[in-house]
Amino acid sequence: MVATAEQTAEQAAPAAGRSLWADARRRFFRNRAALLGFVILVFVTAFALFGGALAQWSGEELDYAVMGQVAELGGPSLATGHYFGTDDLGRDLYARTVQGTQISLAVGVIGALIACVVGTLYGATAGYFGGRTDSVMMRLVDIFMAVPYMFILILLLVMYGRSITILFIGVGLISWMEMARIVRGQTLSLKGREFVEAARATGVSAPVIIARHIVPNLLGVIAVYATLLVPLMILTESFISFLGLGVQEPMTSLGALISEGAGTIAYGTTWQLGFPLLFFCLTLFGFFFVGDGLRDALDPKDR
Amino acid sequence: MTAPLLSVRDLRVTFPISRAGDMPWTPPRLLHAVNGVSFDLPHGETLGIVGESGCGKSSLARGLIRMVPSSGKVLWNGDTDLLGLSPRAMLKVRAQIQMVFQDPLASLNPRMTLGQIIGEPLRTHRPDFSAKNRRQAVAAMMERVGLLPQMINRYPHEFSGGQCQRIGIARALVIKPRLLICDEPVSALDVSIQAQVIDLLKDLQREMGLTMIFIAHDLSVVKTISDRVMVLYLGRMMEMAPKHALYADPQHPYTQALLSAVPIPDPVAERAKRVIPVEGDLPSPLAPPSGCVFRTRCPRAAPACAKEIPQAGDEAHRVACLFPGPVRAAERA
Repeated sequence: MVATAEQTAEQAAPAAGRSLWADARRRFFRNRAALLGFVILVFVTAFALFGGALAQWSGEELDYAVMGQVAELGGPSLATGHYFGTDDLGRDLYARTVQGTQISLAVGVIGALIACVVGTLYGATAGYFGGRTDSVMMRLVDIFMAVPYMFILILLLVMYGRSITILFIGVGLISWMEMARIVRGQTLSLKGREFVEAARATGVSAPVIIARHIVPNLLGVIAVYATLLVPLMILTESFISFLGLGVQEPMTSLGALISEGAGTIAYGTTWQLGFPLLFFCLTLFGFFFVGDGLRDALDPKDR
Repeated sequence: MTAPLLSVRDLRVTFPISRAGDMPWTPPRLLHAVNGVSFDLPHGETLGIVGESGCGKSSLARGLIRMVPSSGKVLWNGDTDLLGLSPRAMLKVRAQIQMVFQDPLASLNPRMTLGQIIGEPLRTHRPDFSAKNRRQAVAAMMERVGLLPQMINRYPHEFSGGQCQRIGIARALVIKPRLLICDEPVSALDVSIQAQVIDLLKDLQREMGLTMIFIAHDLSVVKTISDRVMVLYLGRMMEMAPKHALYADPQHPYTQALLSAVPIPDPVAERAKRVIPVEGDLPSPLAPPSGCVFRTRCPRAAPACAKEIPQAGDEAHRVACLFPGPVRAAERA
């Protein structure tokens, strides 16, 4: 029996291992920029979820006191209860910014989630089976990618009416392809590794190998890419909303609010652009910083 | 006499190689990684397989258990041809044939704990085991290979190379296989650790009545553990004999050259040693020489060698050479 000295020094109780995830978490929280991004994201999320509780007006009622004189009376003020001022019609901008942040975050997160699930399964399957299956599946992705998606998305919104569901579907449809490509590439390099071969030699079936050996080793890449995908989804949604095709009134999104704010900037109501833009930028910065931090934390070799 | 555990006849592993720029209808070139190898492996014996890089050692092992497409006959227990089995029937046999790999760390999934890694074969082949049973079996196996059972929740990257190889061995043996295929299990380890791992393998073999195929490029390692040794060159068997016969009295010029190159851990003897030179490079396995594949580098090559493929007989000491015999004086450098 050969047991090294350090082993014998251990206690008899099963020692908890330090997983690669625990290591990554430690590295992530030591990274200042990533931590800042994380704090920003927590703040923005808390604002979207609980900010409504602080609002004194709902986003849908009109404040008749300021109507018609928005530029003079509708500015940000604690006295009137419009912390961020009102919009062009006299609706409370604070409540609307809360709602817009909710919608934008939801679009981003759901889009990224669809991308993760569909893209990972598709890419891992193509990569693992390889050969002809891989060729057919990836050529299909190439063909889809050649389609001008913004055009299709706008067409969908025009055909089926402006609805948040269509927006989710559209964003989900386009977002998974890049992910599938990345995951496939990673799978190709993973499947040649000996631990996959060991599992195959033992007789573990292909779906189980993908689920148990391939995907857990891809999660780092997926997590990084997903956090960078969320802001892209938010940008797409904002662009669509900016064009006036996004969410339907009285619902709103950050993109729609920025569009309205930009339209009235000439009358001196800078807060109508400023506040939505502030939250928009905070969200994007937060996600990008967190994504960068995750990449550094999960792939320490690549720095 | 009972049938050997494994009886291999004319095993071939062939890879189609298509070059970049080939049209889809261009027939791919064929790389014969293993070209007609036959041998018997009796119960409880260890067969050592040696040869230089790219000679088909690993392909041979993988071909046996259908990890790569292969043809020929692989009789298991004298009656079941592994190469003709349905995937479902093959799964049953896989529980009895396990493998240990070369790179100790790469053969362990970095995201799984030891308990999950070693327990995986049980999870695959013994669905009747509860999680608790499985944990007990894993802990017992860990103890057996010299790992403390309380390390069961640790991850592979927390262990040294030697320990990782013990983990790999524990994973292979936890379902009590009958045949263990070791693909260069000690090549990536320090010499002192190599000895420990080899001793461990020998102990386990005695205890569990294992039959083993042991692949290595290090002749002295193979000598310690094997009962018989096979020498491969370019996908063909050159010589196969009980180890004492092979090491003391090699008959094939290639074996003689290999053995003469083994370093001797004694500076005086090492300096006095005469190495038999092997000229040139390994020919491409895509276009192996006609006749005897070793003839391009063989000191004894004659015109007949290009025409006839030498066949090994059925005797105990098998040599695939037209001019076998002990080393001749003229062949020493």
